[in-house]
Amino acid sequence: MILKEKIMEVLDSVKDPEIPVVSVVDLGMIHKVHFQGDQATIEVMPTFSGCPALEIIKRNIEQAVESIPEVKSLAVTFIRHPIWTTDLISENAKQELKKFGIAPPEDQVNGEWHVPCPYCGSVYTTMDNIFGPAACRSILYCKTCKNPFEAMKPVSI
Amino acid sequence: MESTEYRECLIELIYQLADDDFLLAYRGSEWLGLAPHIEEDVAFASISQDLMGHAALYYGLLEDLGEGQVDALTHDRSPRQFRNAILVELPNGTGTYLEDPSYDWAFTVVRNYFYTLAKKIRLESIKKASYEPLQQIAQKISIEMSYHMMHWEVWYKQLINSTPEARRRMEESVKTVLEELDGVFSYGRFGDRMVRLSLIEREEVLKQRWMTYLKKEDTKSPMKMKQGEGRNGVHTPHLAKALETLSEVYQSIPTAEW
Repeated sequence: MILKEKIMEVLDSVKDPEIPVVSVVDLGMIHKVHFQGDQATIEVMPTFSGCPALEIIKRNIEQAVESIPEVKSLAVTFIRHPIWTTDLISENAKQELKKFGIAPPEDQVNGEWHVPCPYCGSVYTTMDNIFGPAACRSILYCKTCKNPFEAMKPVSI
Repeated sequence: MESTEYRECLIELIYQLADDDFLLAYRGSEWLGLAPHIEEDVAFASISQDLMGHAALYYGLLEDLGEGQVDALTHDRSPRQFRNAILVELPNGTGTYLEDPSYDWAFTVVRNYFYTLAKKIRLESIKKASYEPLQQIAQKISIEMSYHMMHWEVWYKQLINSTPEARRRMEESVKTVLEELDGVFSYGRFGDRMVRLSLIEREEVLKQRWMTYLKKEDTKSPMKMKQGEGRNGVHTPHLAKALETLSEVYQSIPTAEW
């Protein structure tokens, strides 16, 4: 296996500290892995600028990748461009989020969001608060199964 | 970087953007646990966290430009070195977060709504033409702040169309906020050069866009810069107090690693 593949495999074990079912790869945060001589550089797209988990994620990436013996020197950098959007979240991650109880970001239909309940699938839901317990999430309520739930806040350019 | 003058003006502009968000994020955080209801507490805390993140992006760019480490930029500058508008340093009301907070929600709504609209217009101008890394930051922030705009717009419209008392208090706050709003649009003594170097459009152009967006009757009193020119480092004593609180932990052991 070439080193880049090894790194990607290891990165898939680095989870979001607040949502431990999805990895940084699944979230679409990894823009590029490249090498210059002995130096490996991982370019990471930050999700929400105010997210306190970003520094933890960076440290976890460093620890995970440095455990690969062939990696002699590593730089993990947050890049300004391109910009992360929720369109980069993989299909697999969307399914995992749903299982975890967080509705994945939905496409807008006629300027409105239709967010099905992650528990029962009902579309009879209301937005309680666009802002939630974390920068990336909103709080919704399902009128069918009467559960409150969280949804990923859609972010697109 | 094109020239020394370009660099100097660029850095000045970034300080203005950074310090505005930094101070307003702090003022917002002082409301934690005191907002009118629990949903608002969550929302306002989240917005303030976003603002702090936006400030961090700008300070990160300043660090790249050789201005020093982010932590020192936020915690180890004197009030005179801050470039924020007076509007964002004003306290939320009387009392402090810990003692007898008697905060003014009408003022908070108007300040945040008017500021957020000005910020949006400012970033749209930067997105059109400016220093490329700054344009990239502007784009990122614009996406996140669209949620802030929606939030403050709803509060503003609902309160101003509410009971006679709400209307009166909102109108009073509009007057208070407008008295310092000129200071938000100002670029300070570097303004002409910033415009000439295409870092941002003219103050008047941005101000006009702001006024066009709002209904005329909401902004009938004139925009002023009453208590000082924050862009040139002239501040009220409220800033020094805020910075003292903000940097209390940092200043206790400045050499500590975070």
